[in-house]
Amino acid sequence: MTTDVDLATAVRQQFPSVTPRDSLDCPAFNVPAADILPVLRHLRDQHGFDILTDATAIDWTAAKSPRFTVVWHLYSSPGHRYVRLAADCASDAEPSMPSASGLWAGANWLEREIYDMFGIRFDGHPDLRRILMWEGYPYFPLRKEFPLAGLPTPLPDADIAAETKAGLIAAPMAGGPFVAKPGRPMSEAEPRAKDEAWNEHRPKPE
Amino acid sequence: MATTDQELAYDTKIEGDVVVTKLDAAVNWLRTNSMWPMPMGLACCAIELMATASSRFDISRFGAEVMRFSPRQSDCMIVAGTVTYKMAPVVRRIYDQMAAPKWVIAMGACASSGGMYRSYATLQGVDRIVPVDVYISGCPPRPEALLDGLMKLQAKVKREHSAAKLLSA
Repeated sequence: MTTDVDLATAVRQQFPSVTPRDSLDCPAFNVPAADILPVLRHLRDQHGFDILTDATAIDWTAAKSPRFTVVWHLYSSPGHRYVRLAADCASDAEPSMPSASGLWAGANWLEREIYDMFGIRFDGHPDLRRILMWEGYPYFPLRKEFPLAGLPTPLPDADIAAETKAGLIAAPMAGGPFVAKPGRPMSEAEPRAKDEAWNEHRPKPE
Repeated sequence: MATTDQELAYDTKIEGDVVVTKLDAAVNWLRTNSMWPMPMGLACCAIELMATASSRFDISRFGAEVMRFSPRQSDCMIVAGTVTYKMAPVVRRIYDQMAAPKWVIAMGACASSGGMYRSYATLQGVDRIVPVDVYISGCPPRPEALLDGLMKLQAKVKREHSAAKLLSA
């Protein structure tokens, strides 16, 4: 753990705005959005964190501000250790974050996925398009207000939609989502409905 | 049957003098026993589809071993896997490109009903965009189940009124 303490000290000496973040595993830091690229570059060049293993985001619901937090996981292949960074998006309505695609080429698709799922725009991204859903899909599915079942939407292809009269529907949840509970006897660990507050029989409470 | 080329002619010693059948029966017999599948392999069901085609299960026993990756050359689309809404128009377009007569097998829970993917991204059953002839349960179905589905489809094709359709077309 001494190396972790050293890392925290070294990073905070270089960037006083960086604060420690609660973590159960690897060292983690909260970084202001304005400093995130210098911090990422510093970790990559000075501390050997050469691999961006993941970039993702958190939606803290519309009630919270700042609402969106972007999270990066870095791995150091020479040091065999991880570090986690988190930065809040300044705007809740039009969240954005500097793009790390200039530091790691792999950030390109990770940031496209974050944009696709959360609607967080990455400034300086070379090709910020949706990656999983199609261009023109009107929602950001991993935002908290978006229901798992989905919302009615036209199919991506207009002439197929006209021919088949089909479109996106809210998927019948049939009592789901079904979740297995770990640590129970096998007889009770079978997947079962975790939350039936709203399903196709009971409307979603406002 | 008097022809000069005895090799290719109708051999009365073997076949008998006259064969009487219904046009429906003859056409359906032809269609049933060489049904070329269009493998629409979209997820793990496609692995079972490949197993069905290979030696242990051997779908060629039912005349359906000629997997065609061109819709122009295939008769039976086997939708094997999860159809996302992004993929759905592609599946429909490939179905449209297949020449009639054509059939669709929805292989597995996902293709039949969306399966466990009760989600914003998954088409809730491929029958929402293409007409399905046979549904196969399972997640994924075993190769025997696919073969059973194929035999069910063949039984269905044998009952079709093909001649009337052909003559009216």
